[in-house]
Amino acid sequence: MVAPAALRVVRCGGSPRHAARAVFSADSYLLCASGDFVKMYNLATEETLQLMGGHGGLVTGVQLNPHNCMQLYSSSLDGNIKLWDFMDGIPIKTFTVGHKLLALYAIASSEDSVFVVIPKIGERDTFQLVSVKLTKAAGQDLEAKELSVVLDSVDASPKCIAFGREGEYVASVKEVNLQVYFFKQKQLNRFSVNAVKAKSGNNHFTCVACHPKEDCIATGHADGKIRLWRNFYHRKEYTFSTLHWHHDTVMDLVFSVEGTSLLSGGVESVLVLWHNESDCQKDFLPRLGSAIEYISMSPDGAFCCTLHMDNRITIINSNLRFSKSIQGLIKSMDVKTGLVIDPRTKALVLNGEPGHLQFYSLQSDQQLFSLDIVQRQYIHQAGLNQVDLVKVAFSARGKWLATVEEREEVTDPELQLKLWFYDEETQSFKLNTRINLPHEDHITDVCFRDVDELEDDSLILVTTGRDGVFKVWVMVEDTDPEAQQSVSWSCDFVGSYRNYQATNCCFSEDGSLLAVSFEETVTVWDSVTWDLKCTFCHPPGKIRNICFGRLTCSKYLIGATDYGFLCCWNLLSCALEWSTHLNILVLQPDPLSECIAAISWLSKESSLFVFKPNEPRPIYIQRNLCKEKIQLAAFVPRDEPEMISAEKYFWLRRSQLFFLTDTQELMTLSTKSSEERLTPASKQLAVEEGLLVTPFSLLLGKHRRQQSQEDVGKLVAHSKHGQDSPAVKELLHTPAHVLPSASFLCPIFINSLLISKEDKSAEEVADEVEMESENTEDDSDEERGVAEMEQENTNPMGLLGETICKLSKSQEKELRKIRKMDYSWISAF
Amino acid sequence: MATYKPVVVQACPKLGERITQDTLYWRGYKTPVQIKEFGAINKIDFSPVSPYNYAVTASSRIHIYGRYSQEPVKTFSRFKDAAYCATYRDDGNLLVAGSEEGSIRLFDVSGKAPLRQFDGHSKAVHVVGFLSDKYRIFSGGDDYSSRVWDIPRATEIVSYNEHTDYVRCGCASKVNADVFITGSYDHTVKLYDARTKTSVMTVEHGQPVESVLLFPSGGLLVSAGGRYVRVWDVLKGGQLLVSLKNHHKTVTCLCLNSSGQRLMSGSLDRHVKIYSTTSYRVVHSFNYATSILSLALSPEDETLVVGMTNGVLNIKHRKPEERNEDSQKKRRPAYRTHIKGKTYMPKQEDFCVSKPVKRVLRKYDRLLKSFQSSKALDAVLEPPIRLHTPEVTVAVMQELHRRGTLKSALAGRDEKQINLLLTFVARRVIEPRFTPVLVTVADMITDIYQPVVGQSAIVDRQFLRLKEAIGKEIDYQEELLEVLGMMDTLFATFTKKRDTCLDENKSNGLTDTIETNKNN
Repeated sequence: MVAPAALRVVRCGGSPRHAARAVFSADSYLLCASGDFVKMYNLATEETLQLMGGHGGLVTGVQLNPHNCMQLYSSSLDGNIKLWDFMDGIPIKTFTVGHKLLALYAIASSEDSVFVVIPKIGERDTFQLVSVKLTKAAGQDLEAKELSVVLDSVDASPKCIAFGREGEYVASVKEVNLQVYFFKQKQLNRFSVNAVKAKSGNNHFTCVACHPKEDCIATGHADGKIRLWRNFYHRKEYTFSTLHWHHDTVMDLVFSVEGTSLLSGGVESVLVLWHNESDCQKDFLPRLGSAIEYISMSPDGAFCCTLHMDNRITIINSNLRFSKSIQGLIKSMDVKTGLVIDPRTKALVLNGEPGHLQFYSLQSDQQLFSLDIVQRQYIHQAGLNQVDLVKVAFSARGKWLATVEEREEVTDPELQLKLWFYDEETQSFKLNTRINLPHEDHITDVCFRDVDELEDDSLILVTTGRDGVFKVWVMVEDTDPEAQQSVSWSCDFVGSYRNYQATNCCFSEDGSLLAVSFEETVTVWDSVTWDLKCTFCHPPGKIRNICFGRLTCSKYLIGATDYGFLCCWNLLSCALEWSTHLNILVLQPDPLSECIAAISWLSKESSLFVFKPNEPRPIYIQRNLCKEKIQLAAFVPRDEPEMISAEKYFWLRRSQLFFLTDTQELMTLSTKSSEERLTPASKQLAVEEGLLVTPFSLLLGKHRRQQSQEDVGKLVAHSKHGQDSPAVKELLHTPAHVLPSASFLCPIFINSLLISKEDKSAEEVADEVEMESENTEDDSDEERGVAEMEQENTNPMGLLGETICKLSKSQEKELRKIRKMDYSWISAF
Repeated sequence: MATYKPVVVQACPKLGERITQDTLYWRGYKTPVQIKEFGAINKIDFSPVSPYNYAVTASSRIHIYGRYSQEPVKTFSRFKDAAYCATYRDDGNLLVAGSEEGSIRLFDVSGKAPLRQFDGHSKAVHVVGFLSDKYRIFSGGDDYSSRVWDIPRATEIVSYNEHTDYVRCGCASKVNADVFITGSYDHTVKLYDARTKTSVMTVEHGQPVESVLLFPSGGLLVSAGGRYVRVWDVLKGGQLLVSLKNHHKTVTCLCLNSSGQRLMSGSLDRHVKIYSTTSYRVVHSFNYATSILSLALSPEDETLVVGMTNGVLNIKHRKPEERNEDSQKKRRPAYRTHIKGKTYMPKQEDFCVSKPVKRVLRKYDRLLKSFQSSKALDAVLEPPIRLHTPEVTVAVMQELHRRGTLKSALAGRDEKQINLLLTFVARRVIEPRFTPVLVTVADMITDIYQPVVGQSAIVDRQFLRLKEAIGKEIDYQEELLEVLGMMDTLFATFTKKRDTCLDENKSNGLTDTIETNKNN
């Protein structure tokens, strides 16, 4: 490893999945399982009071100790049950069960045991409900191996088992079967509904709840029906009645404390209150934002709480009035907008609720506000094609916000471009201009001309579309003094390039140049006259990302192709400066420095490369950043520059890199110093990087490294001595339409034949700075650039294989040089 | 928790004339009254005192009309030849007029015979007026001279022979009793001070001057001639402030409104244009049947009178505005309920309970809120919405389509309703803003009602009409495409020239043609 494992990937912000019902404590606190933690919220202030960590897996059950209301049981997939003093956040005891625990139930009637759902040993996908005897022995870590099976073949979901009145019976549902087991009689009754496959779905059981005072069981079904079962002591003469309002799966059911009413929720995101178990008396609390996953009641019946699919917690009064909502980073279906930083609040901006833009404060892990962009009623129904927010861009000072929303249609998409103006008085964005159908096809990119110094009226917005054009939008001042608003936006220029789809756009730092990528070609336009200045191309492969260098590197344009190349073009000489073979997914320039972060995806791991465009040798490489694909990344400026002593992490001094993975987890890179600031509990968050370093691994590593370098050397030799010389290769691989005239190509071709000699002389002069070749046509130099990068990466390209070739003199020389290189730093590991 | 969001109705910017405060104000006139005179009307002048009678000079007569009278109140017809420029004095008692034979006559408004006659001009006198001290008259004639006369003695005080062509217009300053201006066909406007022997200032208009005007403050001078109206700053020594070219024929008359905020100009091109005197932009314009020669606006902008070349006098009265206030009064709640509780001031320890604001939803929104698709569609197919605000109908259709219930909302309708729907679709489907939605609707209707085609003659006819409308639109679009193709060819030849110069500064040898077209 090139980098010492000082830089750690830290999960930050955004509460992970809730896997169990929340629990109200007796004194108005809310306890909730959230990922590997149990969180305690204050109901009055919505604040997180305690974060109880210690489980090594997803927390699957949270239950108050029925015998001591200040204690809490929690179970986790790591096979432990922990007993907490939640007021102080201290773990009292840990019981090791040894199986995956999928649900936890604690009832008052069972003295010293709790019930858990564990997978049946030896069988896949079958689960059983067992009671675990919790020993009262002294000591913190205890074994709890006394298991007795209560029910077989139960569902894994914690919603599918419910304990009846005073723990007399337990009801469990799975598919079309309902089992009721009476503890005293030791009698098991089974009931089943006839499986119906209707258009609206099947009638499988999805959840179960037991009446707290009477012998009544409520079950929810996948077709939206609720059945109330009575008389289930008899196997034959049982009765049930049906309540039906939901049009989709009933996700959760809960009885009120006295059992007079029943609460149900589902995908519709409507909380339904059924009075007296009758079909006609019901109340609704509609538009809760997203599908309700769990419902729970407080023991005094004053509150009820719903956990939603998008990680939100809603607290509702007993009279079905919305009271509060606790929300962090809202999980949306798909983050299409990318990670954008609001320059005003430094908040992270991305898709929130459907049709909303969430402003998420990274420091406080709180949602600052949610801006309704689409302004249409969202229908919570599967299979509907609804308007979604796809692109967002802020102007440099955050005064203007441009959003693009679209709705996929069979014929042509419904598109809207909206421009929002920040109103200082109301402290929020106000809609200024709405443009219907700005492009004829999907909009692929939006950017503002980001110039701080210039006046606001020089603001320019560029949109690129799949319809093959990019459009320039400018502000138009309304001269009529009686008009409602003084400015509006209108189209100023439409540019296209050979009817290719426009994919990306980017302004240079001073705003004088606009780069627009059209499939395989990058075009550079003058932003004053809108003349095409030059084009760049690195065939084959379409351009995936482009960005301009900043500050001292502003003469460079960086582009990544989906064929796995990262290229850097010099804008002054209009030539390729260097290129390297990397499958770049994300290319993110730091707004405060020259550094550019590139995240690649290779063989099931993401890697981070940080480089300056003027030197192709990366500043920093982190292999195996995480196992998931990284979708998006953003540099967030720090409030005050952090003191980082290590040269390697200098690029992290003024801004911090955040990235979002496929599974929508927000992560950041943290140096040690910030690590120390973390509280001990959350220290567990950090994913340990780096392997155990032993002398043997060091030795092995060194050996492997040398081997790999030799391989690379051979590779270079191979590519050089291959039948196709670079010039010929260029000739063959460049599309005909971008090829210059034959008279122009001829000298290059001839030069390329003479290259080895030239190279030799160049070699002797430049040994460190050999990368900075200015001549693009000289492809061999470029090849070496690739090779150098590969050495840094220490990852030999296996796919090219080991081809043994006779080495030329220059290559031998190069290899010797590599061997001479100082490897003493490895021992610093 | 979010509340129900009403359906967003797409507002389209209205093309054509924008409605401003000015349009509303100047539209507030009743339909005009037309009176036929004997000849071209060269001057209309309002009496400055109530009841604001106005003198109309046409041919050899001067008619005085009352405010609402269709017949002249009084007539002065003691002229052998044409009379010109009958003008009231500030107190509304005296009237002065020039004539073709060169004499100037002064009338008492209540009398019949002229009080005085001023002789001295050798040719026709086209402009006369009172100086603001009320005892002197200025005049300009076709003998190129401008003169000042003393009323009591009926003698000439001073004569200026500086113009080199006919003097056809003039105006006295309201601020200084000695200052007046005259405009002449020699393209100049001259400012005179009756105390000096020569003109004080000359401005060059550039065209024969047809009309001049001084602002009430006396600081600005407006001249009209040719197609131009020019505004000059007198205090800066006659500097041109702005030149307006909004008419396409000679501007013949100028007029200020009572507040001095708007300038009006009438022209032979049959238009009266109204300018704002702050921005000098046209804020409104009137059209008339024939060329306009004279124009006058009564105090308080009550009446607008325009005289034409064919002798028609066009009189517009302002509509009364009280009626609107009456209807508002009726709706107001009774005093007792209105004032109830309003006078109570909450004390510091009081706990204020604010009443939740009740949101009023439109009928279709209420129905959509409760997922009643068919009824919502019915609601927007009611005549007032369907006819006057088709965008609402289309927005609801789009919303239903978005919810996936449009098909069920369209289905199950009887002959009358299908007829209604198809009429709407056939009429609106060609409007570009509605096309995407209505094409979907038309598709669905044909899908749903395909089996019953042929059962009703009315529905069949509507289907045929729809087909015809779409066919016409397709032909039209094809034609447009052809035109676009032609224009592209023209643009291509235009960009080729630029292309060659671009090639020179291209360094990497990759030549490209640029396809650019300016979006207007």
